[in-house]
Amino acid sequence: MFKNLKILFHQGKQYIPDVTNVNVPGIFRGRPIITTAKVNEEKLIEICPLQAITSSPVAIDLGKCNFCGECSFAFPDKISFTKDYKLSSNQREGLIIKEGDTGTIELNPDVIRKEISQLFSRSLKLRQVSAGGDNSCELELNACSNVNFDMGRFGIEFVASPRHADGIVITGPISENMAEALQICYDATPDPKIIILAGVDAISGGIFAGSPALNRSFLDKYNVDLYVSGNPVHPLAFINGVLELIRKRKSS
Amino acid sequence: MNYTTVKNNERIQLSAIPELEYELFWELNVLSLMSEEHNHCVNYFGFPYEEKIKLICCIANDETHTIYVSSSLVNTSTHYPSFTSHVLAFEKFEREIHENFGVQYNNHPWLKPVRYARNRANQDETIATYPFYSIASEELHEVGVGPIHAGVIEPGHFRFICNGEQILHLEIQLGYQHRGVESLFLKKDNLLQRTILAESIAGDTVVGHTTAFVNLWETLCGFEADWHLQFSRTLALELERVAVHTGDLSAMCTDIAYQLGSSVFGRLRTPIINYFQQWCGCRLAKSLIRVGKTNFVYTEELAQILLKILDAYEPDFIEMCKELFRLPSALSRFEKTGVISQDDAKKLGTVGMAARMSGINRDIRSSHPHDLYSEMQHEPIIKHHGDVYSRAQIRREEILQSIANIRKLLQNIPAYSPSTLPLSSPTANSFALSLVEGWRGEICHCAITDEQGALRCYKVKDPSFHNWLALGLAVRNNEISDFPISNKSFDFSYCGHDL
Repeated sequence: MFKNLKILFHQGKQYIPDVTNVNVPGIFRGRPIITTAKVNEEKLIEICPLQAITSSPVAIDLGKCNFCGECSFAFPDKISFTKDYKLSSNQREGLIIKEGDTGTIELNPDVIRKEISQLFSRSLKLRQVSAGGDNSCELELNACSNVNFDMGRFGIEFVASPRHADGIVITGPISENMAEALQICYDATPDPKIIILAGVDAISGGIFAGSPALNRSFLDKYNVDLYVSGNPVHPLAFINGVLELIRKRKSS
Repeated sequence: MNYTTVKNNERIQLSAIPELEYELFWELNVLSLMSEEHNHCVNYFGFPYEEKIKLICCIANDETHTIYVSSSLVNTSTHYPSFTSHVLAFEKFEREIHENFGVQYNNHPWLKPVRYARNRANQDETIATYPFYSIASEELHEVGVGPIHAGVIEPGHFRFICNGEQILHLEIQLGYQHRGVESLFLKKDNLLQRTILAESIAGDTVVGHTTAFVNLWETLCGFEADWHLQFSRTLALELERVAVHTGDLSAMCTDIAYQLGSSVFGRLRTPIINYFQQWCGCRLAKSLIRVGKTNFVYTEELAQILLKILDAYEPDFIEMCKELFRLPSALSRFEKTGVISQDDAKKLGTVGMAARMSGINRDIRSSHPHDLYSEMQHEPIIKHHGDVYSRAQIRREEILQSIANIRKLLQNIPAYSPSTLPLSSPTANSFALSLVEGWRGEICHCAITDEQGALRCYKVKDPSFHNWLALGLAVRNNEISDFPISNKSFDFSYCGHDL
């Protein structure tokens, strides 16, 4: 008993008090900023291994970006990555950062379905489906529930059965071999339900985009409620994205 | 000579690998090489060659630090005697060759699909039609688990045949994670894309697989990584081991419902992976390792931060371990659960922790050292009981050993001298092999180039490829409620297996 108390005492305070506003240690590559500096755009586009950069105006699609930072190493005057970990949008185009954009990425409250804020704002149970995920996003989603990030304090939890869930979180590029299981899981989740795509592999296929071993037709059928960017998603990015989704109200 | 001998990270001409008649090839590998105690198969694969299939078998000798490579040409119309009928360790490899190319074996005991790869020979078989083993009996029942598991983990299907609560048989069906990694290595012609692909083979072993890839690629190009690059790869491998082992101890505590251990080990992992973020910007070390260069030069300042983290980590870790490893309720779940005998482990050809837990000395860091391991005189940690407890103990001791290794490494941080020469392209008509001891065990990447120096075959082998069958055998006669802790204590990779 005393030993346990001693161990507890030695842990100190581990949780992050305010997950919406914290300084991430080190050189975390979050939301990029693209300046209006003139560079060889062809070379810049070529350098991106995931074809996330487009020209006129120069833009980075965070739904494809691997956050490897290679573009910022080659063109430091043009592209820099900030430590801003709010990397979620409820519209696919919201993840595209254009030249000169310096504002944070925010969810568009007008397209959040009414029942999300009505039903899920204080309790959201999620079923996670790894569909070809490489276990990096899965590890980070697990970390969301550990004592440091403690997502459970907001009533957001991962549950074992889709029947107990309010929505599904998909990681991975959705392999052909997993497509049917994903559909069955979604069908087993009671209405109303949400879909969250976590990580660039889920959002765009990432490095696996175009592989014949994938089957992404599931995404053509349903509306995605939240896209969380990252490879892997940072726990702070995920928690903040979900919090914004369930708490944000329409402006009117 | 019926085989050629290479060392880890050595390039040879493809034509230097002797091509044997299948009968001789069989005799060499099965009767001669695999009968030696210190030899084991590190890779055995095929690739299309002049309208036939060329099989390449790589047997490592852990004593002489060499690898014996031999080859044979086969076709799909003949039935061949299988290696597996004599040496079980070839079981998965032959199933893979059969699935991918339709090579027929006449006495393979278990010729079932491996992963339903996209380019498999028989497209009529799909993952929904897997032929499960079953026993007709009114007293037995079957339990199916997955592909989606209860926790946030990767998919795989487990089919148990139980007598009451007792597991008689477990069959593990994988393939759900198949993304076509090996084909993509050939398709992508950009080096950075291939590196990112290597980072994505298994997101929990980013450093392990990426190191195997860059070492292999540098070997193909004749590039010698300088001391600093080797230093940072070695350091990252040891750090990854500390991070994942700590996380696994946390998950094992979760599976026996020991909340304190779960929370404490869980939070102890955080500063270690956050350190990767401080070093390279990603908690799981994606973007850290690159071919022929580094974007994140290791500095004295980074070393000081790491030493502080380790100083804080170690006493808390040891304190928690002392409590866990004396707690009767934890020990009663760990001890004699999920046992693999040394004899079985040898037959299965397990590698990494799954071998060392059963008293087999198998560790690439000492047997085929790469990067700075050749100077470190690594002594593998060996346990003998082959149960969950042994696997927990190995983790505890390997963490402390890795921390000691890291401290030693940090005493001498080499300066980085970037290569002034541009990286040349891979040598044509070559074969190269790279072995790396990841935290799970031995990772093996093999590459073969064509006349133009383009990739002709890229073969990835995750340690889990050898090891999954061990889980199936370990849980026999256990209660089904002990399955989660057995599974977690092995912690095999789904995506590394499915590719």
